[in-house]
Amino acid sequence: MSFPLADVGYTEAVWVMVVKSLIIFLGVFGIVPVLTVAERKLIGRFQNRYGPNRVGPVGLMQPLADIVKLAGKEMFRPEAAVPFLFAIAPAIVIFSGIVTLAILPFGNVQDGIGLYGIDVSIGVLYFFAFGSLSFYGLLLAGWSSGSKYSFLGAMRSAAQLISYEVSMGLALLGVVMMTGSLSLTSVVEGQGEVWNVVPQIVGFLIFMVAGFAETNRAPFDLPEADAELVQGYMTEYGGMRFGSYLLAEYLEMFVVSGIAVTFFLGGWQGPGPGWLDPVWMVAKTLSLVCFFIWVRATLPRLRYDQLMALGWKVMLPLATLNVLATAVIVTVS
Amino acid sequence: MQARLNTEKADWSAFPYLENAEDVISVQRGPKPGGVGGAYRAFGETLRGLRTTFARVIEGPVTIQYPEEKTPVYQRFRGRHKLHRFEDSGLEKCVGCSLCAAACPADCIRVVAAENDPDHRISAGERYAEVYEINLSRCIFCGYCEVACPFDAITMGHDYEMSDYNRSDLIFTKEMLLAEPIDRTPLRSEGE
Repeated sequence: MSFPLADVGYTEAVWVMVVKSLIIFLGVFGIVPVLTVAERKLIGRFQNRYGPNRVGPVGLMQPLADIVKLAGKEMFRPEAAVPFLFAIAPAIVIFSGIVTLAILPFGNVQDGIGLYGIDVSIGVLYFFAFGSLSFYGLLLAGWSSGSKYSFLGAMRSAAQLISYEVSMGLALLGVVMMTGSLSLTSVVEGQGEVWNVVPQIVGFLIFMVAGFAETNRAPFDLPEADAELVQGYMTEYGGMRFGSYLLAEYLEMFVVSGIAVTFFLGGWQGPGPGWLDPVWMVAKTLSLVCFFIWVRATLPRLRYDQLMALGWKVMLPLATLNVLATAVIVTVS
Repeated sequence: MQARLNTEKADWSAFPYLENAEDVISVQRGPKPGGVGGAYRAFGETLRGLRTTFARVIEGPVTIQYPEEKTPVYQRFRGRHKLHRFEDSGLEKCVGCSLCAAACPADCIRVVAAENDPDHRISAGERYAEVYEINLSRCIFCGYCEVACPFDAITMGHDYEMSDYNRSDLIFTKEMLLAEPIDRTPLRSEGE
């Protein structure tokens, strides 16, 4: 089977791929609403309170109520907005998040079925390509809203992107050099003995920090900055378009955690029989998501110059040094 | 001026125009941000922050789930009024003297007194309150009525859940105030 864009490590019949992509899509989209309520409940716990616990048993039906409420709201569009771009921007964000799910490996080939969407030979590039694409969603949203708050939010997200994506790429580059492959399944298989987080601890820390920036999560939620920019690029959105930004935020959080697990925390590997692999993968990813929430409950938002200084003066030199050191060690040994 | 802080440590050579440094407050500042030391400290402080928030998880929530759980009130809490009867004879304590209405700063009590019929005594005194109304939407729960009452006929109870949909429903009549109130408010025990 030939693919137009990149070589693919392992392929099955088309119907198998359709079925498994549906399973991944529906599975993750089942997790995302739970994440929204989990975040609110966890943040509540971090602040000595319960969080939502009124809708359904222990508040588990809260996302349903939220979605019904959002869907019932007007999809407002300001007069000054550019209609087409305004409508397509949330779709781009959701799309790029979903597409990145395809390369997350939930397990190796088992019984002739690869437990992942697709094993492209350019996995890392794929992740970065669609990660950058999602910023177009934010940028277009901010620009096409015709509102100064949205525009400021969009400008911030653009600056944040160029500051942090470089460090993020360099952080992953160390792992790629150690593995010698861009494919995510080979990266996981390369961690059979020891997880990459041990030799690449610097890379892991840089990736996590850049991941907070990439997903616009606290302490790097400057594009949203509800206090000063009233949600930034999504100020003018209403109804389910606004909801899709929220959805995309949690989806991206899941994806970035998944990538971090794949590259640094041994991916699907863990004790137990082979069918436990996807469970391990999801469990590790979700615990990283919990870490995201923990950090959000802890750290205040950075000032803009602090964000830039951290990105350019600390993260980038550190990531470059890490890559250089890894390159030397890989070449020597 | 006494508000000096460690003037001994400060370097006054930078301020030659200050002949005596009495009025200068030297402030001890933290290390400057930035640099390798700054990054190291920031990392350490981040970990400290994470520990702080995690300790809150271990502490557990302190929320009182209001409609199900209620904060107990003190014995002296001034809630909704109660009118009282004598326990032995069942007669109303209120004799309709209107002192409570006179004492009320919010002017929310209305008393209309009437002569007792000796065959069917309603109160122990000469007269009784034919009408006794408290407009709870005006009441400020100051407790002056309780203080003014010469017969302890009116006291402040502990009930604070008095929301209603209509203002007219908040005018409590004598029957409502005399009725044994539903015990809705937990009482704080001694020393709690």
